[in-house]
Amino acid sequence: MPGKQLLMTFPVTATSHTLADYVARDGYAAFRKALTQLKPEDVTKEVTASGLLGHGGAAFPAGRKWSVVHLNDQQPHYLCANADEGEPGTFKDRWILENAPHLLIESMLIASYALQVRNAFVYIRGEFDLPYRRLAAAVEEAYAAGYLGERILGTEFACDIVIYRGAGSYVCGEASGLLSSIEGKRGYPRNRPPRLTVQGLYKRPTVVNNVETLSNIAGIVARGAEAYRKVGTAKCPGTQLVSISGHIARPGVYEVEYGYPMAKFLHEDCGGMLPGYTLKCIVPGGISTKVLTAAEVEPLTFDHQSFTAAGSSLGSGGMIAIGEGTCMVRLLQVMLRFYHHESCGQCTPCREGMGWLHRIIDRIVAGEGRPEDIDSLYRISRLQDGMTICGMGDAAGFATVGILDKYREEFDYWIREKRSKFGGNLEGSTRA
Amino acid sequence: MKHLIAEFEKLKARFPAGFESSLVLPCVRRIQEERGYVADSDIDALVEYLGVPRIQIEEVLSYYTQFRRKPIGRWHLQTCRNVTCSMRGAERLIDHLSRRLGVAPGQTTPDGVFTLSTAECLGSCGTAPVLMVNDAYHESMSIDKVDELLEELRNRG
Repeated sequence: MPGKQLLMTFPVTATSHTLADYVARDGYAAFRKALTQLKPEDVTKEVTASGLLGHGGAAFPAGRKWSVVHLNDQQPHYLCANADEGEPGTFKDRWILENAPHLLIESMLIASYALQVRNAFVYIRGEFDLPYRRLAAAVEEAYAAGYLGERILGTEFACDIVIYRGAGSYVCGEASGLLSSIEGKRGYPRNRPPRLTVQGLYKRPTVVNNVETLSNIAGIVARGAEAYRKVGTAKCPGTQLVSISGHIARPGVYEVEYGYPMAKFLHEDCGGMLPGYTLKCIVPGGISTKVLTAAEVEPLTFDHQSFTAAGSSLGSGGMIAIGEGTCMVRLLQVMLRFYHHESCGQCTPCREGMGWLHRIIDRIVAGEGRPEDIDSLYRISRLQDGMTICGMGDAAGFATVGILDKYREEFDYWIREKRSKFGGNLEGSTRA
Repeated sequence: MKHLIAEFEKLKARFPAGFESSLVLPCVRRIQEERGYVADSDIDALVEYLGVPRIQIEEVLSYYTQFRRKPIGRWHLQTCRNVTCSMRGAERLIDHLSRRLGVAPGQTTPDGVFTLSTAECLGSCGTAPVLMVNDAYHESMSIDKVDELLEELRNRG
């Protein structure tokens, strides 16, 4: 395993997701400790001291987000776990939902206690079937055992969790779009300020945290912030779940300690590339992060500073390993089709820009590309940057510029020769 | 929809007071599970039951890709064609399904048994390519496995 583990600490068996097994692993002890030994503000202090970063993609410190919520302000507060995992290449929260649903519930209870939340929500993407059933069963187990509902563990503390199912919209993974969706509306993101921690769900202070971020809370409370800081690097404490896929020998979810060497992760832990493949480049953290070539990624260590210095980002931890022989023009076409399909249509630069980018790439692939098309792709990508309510416009721009900067000659080739340099192939070397 | 109201009341009890508007998505999902799609009469009934504006329900139905206003086939086959699935053969899989069923993505076979669709990332990239049959994921698919699956679904009718 790539370094120390904080979440994937138990063998997955036919029953490891159940309450009985979770309690046997000391489950709900951290919640009991928080509820009986700590004041709500002490919990937030501990989370802030741990340096826990958001694991949904933006890496915003969780404690700083929590600290915005004022306790005793005489209004309801809400907590939402973001389980709308939809960033292409990302499937790590699904591991938690399927295998450790009680870890999420316990962590949400601790967060609800710290933030004085009576009603908490899990927003889960509508397509997730087994993850939903596992989580729903776990919530029922928690109610039956007295961990949820009124007078929890004999105290005055009360908390309910509602699982809210999405219905197929990428934008609902954005925190404010997610809240619009829970309000029973289209998942339109909202302008900030006000921050969601000031005016969120039904205009009340709301904390939206990613599933993996929340799932670290129980461990931080159980073992303390100092112990958490001993894992990872000084600037990047802890671990991050990585979901790796593509032309890699052993795809799947890995918990990687920050600071771990990337070459070792890719070539030893993940077993290297599929037989017959060599690494061309990697999408490091969901398709909205810029691709890194094999030469760029191999010397890096697994932490935010290292990936940012290389001009990209660890994002959501959704890595896609791409083999030599893969056509980057077709790859970008798949990405732009996706962004066009998912644009919610609120902001003009995104609504029009996504369609425009998509039409240009389709034209190039149809052999009707014009030399000025590359400049147009760059220009439209820059038009999005910072000009839209949510980050999706920026994200599509990053993906486009990331591929164009490094693989421009493949685009020039297709426009000039009216065909792909690699036969339009996405399946990589063995099918070239 | 009327026979679902007891179920909706239980759902409502889990939400805080004043969250009636939030019930739109779960109610629509449940109605669609029963009928296969959402009919005009369902919208009328929901407007009355939840007391939300009709336009809110219409907006939700036209925004979320999982909601349908028309019936589809008995088996809904949705193949992901996003980055990883395409890198692992999804495009060949979709072509194969299309040929075998004689319909293009977005269409239903004349006997009403299969509807073929494409989907964007289903969060199953580690076991790509993935095919969804109604609610269930079928992972690490290949052309041989798809043929077996079609046979099985046809037999189940």
